[in-house]
Amino acid sequence: MTAEVAQVTGFTVLMAAVATLVMLPPGVALAWLLARREFPGRTVLETLVSLPLVVPPVATGLILLKLLGRRGPLGALLEPLGIEVVFTWKAVVAAMAVMGFPLLVRAARAGFEQADRRYEEIAATLGARPWRVFRTVSLPLARRGLLAGAVLGFSRAIGEFGATIMIAGALPGTRTLSVAIYRNAELGRDAAALTLIAAAVAIGFAAVYVSNRLGAAS
Amino acid sequence: MSGGEASVVLDVRLRAGAFTLDLRETLAARAVALFGPSGAGKTTTLDAVAGLRRPDEGLIRIGRRVLFDSRRRIDLPPYERRIGYVPQDLALFPHLDVRRNVLYGARGPAAADRAGTGGRDREHGPAGAGGRARGGGPGGPERRVARAAVFELLEIDTLLPRAVDGLSGGERQRVTLARALMTDPDLLLLDEPLAALDLGLRDRILPYLERVRDELGTPMIYVSHAADEVRRVADWAIVLDAGRALRSGAPADVLEGPAGR
Repeated sequence: MTAEVAQVTGFTVLMAAVATLVMLPPGVALAWLLARREFPGRTVLETLVSLPLVVPPVATGLILLKLLGRRGPLGALLEPLGIEVVFTWKAVVAAMAVMGFPLLVRAARAGFEQADRRYEEIAATLGARPWRVFRTVSLPLARRGLLAGAVLGFSRAIGEFGATIMIAGALPGTRTLSVAIYRNAELGRDAAALTLIAAAVAIGFAAVYVSNRLGAAS
Repeated sequence: MSGGEASVVLDVRLRAGAFTLDLRETLAARAVALFGPSGAGKTTTLDAVAGLRRPDEGLIRIGRRVLFDSRRRIDLPPYERRIGYVPQDLALFPHLDVRRNVLYGARGPAAADRAGTGGRDREHGPAGAGGRARGGGPGGPERRVARAAVFELLEIDTLLPRAVDGLSGGERQRVTLARALMTDPDLLLLDEPLAALDLGLRDRILPYLERVRDELGTPMIYVSHAADEVRRVADWAIVLDAGRALRSGAPADVLEGPAGR
């Protein structure tokens, strides 16, 4: 039983970390775009990004399943490459990344918006091209928002259930904390469920604690 | 006015809400002051020269180098304008120490490693060759303003390792000025550089500005609403009000009018 707890906890943390790394580059890019640029369709994009927050996760999971399934538009593209997503660990990462993405983008965007645009302008007058301005001024000035976004996205990924169970199932190789808690409770194994809950609480506590400490520093 | 190398053409029309900026000036002087009350359009003018605000139409030229020309659709981005901007809010990067602030835009031998890989050694913009040659050889581009001279002139050697938020107002002012000068700019834009300082400090910083003008010879546009500063620093003044030039000429002549204090 303890072996199961350790295995499931380790797997969940690893998958959430991978999902955070996967969503970070597009999330930061999108956050910057929403914070700094005016373009047609901006409001629509903004709404689309937030959609996973309000749509039932199970529905999001089903959409992902249709997209990434062997006959889905994305799955059909990946199959010739030998990449199978559905009901593998990759599906867990996909579900976690999609569900954590809105939280990451929101916090990162707030980080960019709080940084005074004047710094970026002055950097440009000092000869810095846009990419250098982004790397040396925008990113460091928004670092607190980016960190907060990463922690939020990671925490959301840890707790993900609805989308995960749709697209990754509850197989031994794809079982996350939430899914394992549900399965154990369903089978009447309350003690096992409780141990897993304790692990989930500990991870959640650590994530919030770290993010608060990061917020208090600097 | 003479079409000499130091001449700056400022021909700018820009509407922003109810405010309209309408300037048609050719400046041959080395230190030009934009003088006027707040809301006169002084900062807007500097932003237009630096490429941070796009005029609706007009021509901005330094020497023979065209930065903006609405008729020929030339609009150099800020990073290609070679302007040293000292903004009113100073905008020293809070996450970098003094040294990294000062060297952020540095051109010259110590920045040569960057010059080789980055875009710093590029040809000049669509306007063609600028007023002076810049070599791009292994020894680094030729500088008009030597780095050591800037450090010495502004006495910032001892400030270099310090954090930005520990600096006094006058120190910040010198660091910001040094940062702008390290880019070896064609033109220096100074937006109320002394406004945030108390009188005693102002009198200590003014000589630095005079030294930059006299010893480095970098042309400058100096924005101020203080007539005494303008008289000391500038050899040409434009009196601005509500986006228009009321008068321009030698500071002693144009500042006697009602806008002077």
